[in-house]
Amino acid sequence: MSDRRQWSLFLRRFLRHRMAVLSLLVLALLLIGCFGAELLAPYEKNQQDLVLGPVGPSSAHWFGTDELGRDGLTEMMFAGQISLRIGLAVAFIATVVGTLLGALAGYFGKLSDQLLMRLTDLFLMLPAIAILAIAIKKFGNSSTTIVLGLAGLGWMYIARVVRGQVLSIKEKEFVDAARVSGASNSRIITRHILPNIVGPILVNATLGVAAAIVTESTLSFLGFGVQPPTTSWGRMLSDARGTVGTKKAYLIYFPSLALLLSVLSVNFIGDGLRDAFDPRSKR
Amino acid sequence: MLSYVARRILFSIPVLLIASFLLFTAVRATFDPTARLRASRDPEAVQRARAELGLDKPVVAQYQDWLSGFVRGDWGESSSTQERVLPVIRRAAWHTFQLVVWGVLISAILAVAVGVFSAVRQYSIADHALTGMSFLGLAMPPFWFGLIAIQFLAVYPRDWFGLTQTPLFFVGLRSSTNVGFGDYARHLVLPVLTLTVQIIASWSRYQRSSMLDALSGDYVRTARAKGVPRRRVIFKHAFRNALIPLVTVMALDIGALAGGLVVTEQIFSIPGMGRLFVDSLLEGDANVLVAWTVVTATSVIAFNLLADVLYRLLDPRIRFS
Repeated sequence: MSDRRQWSLFLRRFLRHRMAVLSLLVLALLLIGCFGAELLAPYEKNQQDLVLGPVGPSSAHWFGTDELGRDGLTEMMFAGQISLRIGLAVAFIATVVGTLLGALAGYFGKLSDQLLMRLTDLFLMLPAIAILAIAIKKFGNSSTTIVLGLAGLGWMYIARVVRGQVLSIKEKEFVDAARVSGASNSRIITRHILPNIVGPILVNATLGVAAAIVTESTLSFLGFGVQPPTTSWGRMLSDARGTVGTKKAYLIYFPSLALLLSVLSVNFIGDGLRDAFDPRSKR
Repeated sequence: MLSYVARRILFSIPVLLIASFLLFTAVRATFDPTARLRASRDPEAVQRARAELGLDKPVVAQYQDWLSGFVRGDWGESSSTQERVLPVIRRAAWHTFQLVVWGVLISAILAVAVGVFSAVRQYSIADHALTGMSFLGLAMPPFWFGLIAIQFLAVYPRDWFGLTQTPLFFVGLRSSTNVGFGDYARHLVLPVLTLTVQIIASWSRYQRSSMLDALSGDYVRTARAKGVPRRRVIFKHAFRNALIPLVTVMALDIGALAGGLVVTEQIFSIPGMGRLFVDSLLEGDANVLVAWTVVTATSVIAFNLLADVLYRLLDPRIRFS
């Protein structure tokens, strides 16, 4: 089967998953809205209006304003940049590291495999939030630290998945064929094994984005995440926590909605990718 | 069977030792118990305190001291409240225990009911609706759900119906005046729901797929062909087999609840383990933190072990080896 034909089959199967296609649209809108905030936002970032103070949604301020009179929509778009950027960066780093280590452990087995499995056991034993909070306390809470911390705990899931896949694929005949025809280990891994497991890797990377966005916002909510003047959706929710049960609860709704939409759409896209890569899988 | 459990426990001891050593080192490297003495005028105060606490020794020796105290029930003193750590942890663990027990009980019943129903009526409208809801549930992290739940299940109903009190409470686990099970239940609903929404969603998905697997099994077809009524086949044959995989997932997830507890207890002001963690982290209370992490890791290992044992007990096809 030619590459092009395979690609069009994949595309057709993905397009059949209606929720995934809709989610792709929603996510694209979120990405454009957040990363185009400099051009699209109705107000300047951090522009305060102390005379106005907090008012509910109106035609001038669609999502209302906060205590300092800052426009809710504008703040949300800029905060989304941080949330989404952290989510994407973490998923990327975790996927690269996890794939590399998982492939090596699965391919070479023996000691390296034992080492990887025990290491992941050790980390999966502890609540990620606790380890991250302690690490952030020690290394400071810049976005870089948070990304590295989240990726440092996120690569293990992917490594386990990749290891399992490599274990089964390395026993296949075409790997033996490549080996007898003189292919080196690195060529076998990159040319013969990895292309066969792009599916699970990509699906897990997608789910990793959602997990990272949620964990970052949870950390921010607890006060261990990004610090002002940097804001993320989690940070906005943390700031607005006191408004629960008051007239100003609208400050919670909109960041919550953005968070829910992004996580939901990323999950659906992952689901659609899974179906498209593996037509036999049951939903 | 017994020898298997004994072996597993023996194996988990070195794991726990390594984990607690790493945690101990990390906490010691991050928090200085003598930090509040640094501002003192007496230049030797810090030195004295360090010697007294054994902080001038190498970290391995410190760990040995701590461990020998820990196994004898001497978990040190909280540096912020000067209380003994063991009773502090015990008190916090009791609150968390209540949340977890109610949470697991309710989620298990709901998830199994939803999962079996969806599987039996696969691709019906109800199945699609429940699947959609579980996707929604999975996307709602505890802190998110907690805030929204307070607003929509406690505050708004009060305003809409003009009540003097919110129908569900969202601070603590008991009122100081009104004691009794009704009061307790009204306190429990929101935190338990917050803690378990994601779990119910994921367990019900799991139960659905394992029930579908069971329903397509040969023994189910045989039973139907012999003329066993459908209802009986579903509950006597398929259901019991479909529970096996869920039980192990449940035991693993209970151990991993700690993250959700941190957030839930924070939102609902419940003085449990999660709350204790955040407070001691903000205070830099090293002794409490070390004990906390070790207790948490131990419970995760214990539940992992429980998962393995249950799996083998429920499924006689797997032999202990």
